[in-house]
Amino acid sequence: MRTFQQLKRLLKQPDPDYPRVRLALLGDSATQFLATAIQGEALARGICLELFEGEYNQVERQVLDPTSDLHRFGADYLVVFQSSHKLLEKYSLMEAEQRTALCDERLEFVRTLCGSFPGKIIYYNYPEIGDGVFGSYQNRVEVSFIYQVRKLNLGLMTLSQECPNLFICDLSELQAKLGRDFCFDSSVYVSTEMLLSLDALPYVASRTLDIVCAIRGSFKKCLILDLDNTLWGGVVGDDGWENIQIGHGLGIGKAFSEFQQWVRKLKDRGIIICVCSKNDDDKAREPFEKNPEMVLRLDDIAVFIANWENKVDNIRTIRQILNIGFDSMVFLDDNPFERNIVREGIPEICVPELPEDPGDYLEYLYGLNLFETASYSSADKDRTKQYQVEARRTSSALSFSNEADFLRSLEMVSEVRGFNAFNIPRVAQLSQRSNQFNLRTVRYTEDEVRRLGEDPSYACFSFTLSDKFGDNGLICVVILEKRDAGTLFIDTWLMSCRVLKRGMEAFTLNTLVEYAREHGFRHLVGEYLPTAKNAMVAEHYPRLGFTPDPEAPERLFTLDVDTFTPLDCFIVSK
Amino acid sequence: MQKEDLLLKVQDIFRDVLDDEEIVLSETSTAEDVEGWDSLTHIQLIVAIEKKFKIKFTSKEILSWKNVGELIDCLASKLA
Repeated sequence: MRTFQQLKRLLKQPDPDYPRVRLALLGDSATQFLATAIQGEALARGICLELFEGEYNQVERQVLDPTSDLHRFGADYLVVFQSSHKLLEKYSLMEAEQRTALCDERLEFVRTLCGSFPGKIIYYNYPEIGDGVFGSYQNRVEVSFIYQVRKLNLGLMTLSQECPNLFICDLSELQAKLGRDFCFDSSVYVSTEMLLSLDALPYVASRTLDIVCAIRGSFKKCLILDLDNTLWGGVVGDDGWENIQIGHGLGIGKAFSEFQQWVRKLKDRGIIICVCSKNDDDKAREPFEKNPEMVLRLDDIAVFIANWENKVDNIRTIRQILNIGFDSMVFLDDNPFERNIVREGIPEICVPELPEDPGDYLEYLYGLNLFETASYSSADKDRTKQYQVEARRTSSALSFSNEADFLRSLEMVSEVRGFNAFNIPRVAQLSQRSNQFNLRTVRYTEDEVRRLGEDPSYACFSFTLSDKFGDNGLICVVILEKRDAGTLFIDTWLMSCRVLKRGMEAFTLNTLVEYAREHGFRHLVGEYLPTAKNAMVAEHYPRLGFTPDPEAPERLFTLDVDTFTPLDCFIVSK
Repeated sequence: MQKEDLLLKVQDIFRDVLDDEEIVLSETSTAEDVEGWDSLTHIQLIVAIEKKFKIKFTSKEILSWKNVGELIDCLASKLA
């Protein structure tokens, strides 16, 4: 973690050419240091913040007054830090009999906030301050401060399920981990009205930026694990599958069991789990197959690589199979030498400096908050299976001499639908996650997807793809804007990279043209907005037969619907 | 520790926190003499001094000093 001083120093460098994000910060205490820390942390992650800092203690006014500076600024993100400290002060000033209303009153304000601010709101929840008035009996007394604070934090969770633009930043959890005495410094508070210690600021800024980055589509998708002394204690090649340390019997086995339980929960959440180990393949698999204490099974591992090649090459192979960026991968290895080789060979990958004692692995990893996300759907847990199927598909492709024969053999079927209650979460998620095959990289939340689906000036399409090996689920989204009577503008065209090279682009375009013809539109206009990650679709429209617009030949492309002949593909509509 | 030594060590902290290698402190230096020393950087300086010497100032002390000399006196009394 950088220190506050280091974050501050980052701001002194000349403005780098990073993407710009407009962020507003409101607090009920002074926030200058927090603003500095957030800006520095953003720069450290390659984002240039244009910051609006509300005057101290004007949260309500800035939010409720539609003509306020906050609303004029038009931020993409609003960070709100209403502190436990000030809440306690408010509570203390209330008449005793009104104190039970503290939680509801604050929740009502946050609900209003969600309705009046159009961007994403990052709201800090409330770290507990025990005021010692009731002792532990406070748990039974609704009027106690702790009772109100805990109720409020629970209320915020419920509210964030209702309000898609509300993201809770878990300051309460962070303080539980760091300690209240670490987070609060009375001399800082007395002399500056700031409630976070200088040491706590970088952590708070980091948790805030974790959310911003996750919403912007930059987050971890894959965890690559070493085996010996990372996933179990000992060396399977020397000790044998029955003697490795795992489970409650042998040595520090329980530390590894709990570590594996954590990995398994990540897998259930949709993180892709891979193995990369220097071992004989058969020996490395034995514990998964035979040792009853193992929590993880081969079924949980999407890609399993055990050989004596170097790990950089092996991780490159994993990347090829999964088709995701190195910057969305985390590599865990107990061996500092291997960690450094991987860091040097693949600078984008995240390689945490695991502590020496395996008993410390989990507490250390909890503190890093590696797996922030801005969405979750229950379909996520099937992702491992999809990648395992993909590995089988890849080996099947090798047995065909030409691509067309292979594609035909897949017996592909696509289901084309608009947006509906069932697929909206998945559409939103794909919109958040897709970086490479994404023509304009406009991110939509569930709420926005729902609204687009109902808006008569848009035509929305979702595509699934299944074949004889398995179902890929929803893999492609197109949103068309009816610009005028004759023109459909392609607001969004994004696709999961898992289905590249299957002819899905051709099938999608055929579907769009069919829609255009049926509804009397004569032109499709596509736009390519380059990002650091979507170079693979720079030639997308020309490849499909669109003509570059003479005004902006690399950005805008037009397709004449009347003269279009359907493209060959081996996908049939369901 | 001699007060002159303390002054030099505190001067190093000022240079580091305020990012200015040219700062020269004397016992009579005040916030007006040092560029960048304002009410906000003041608390950063205090926290850095507390960390370096592993001591803690009270809020009252922090608000009472009129110049660097008084800060050093207070620091020296805690280290004695």
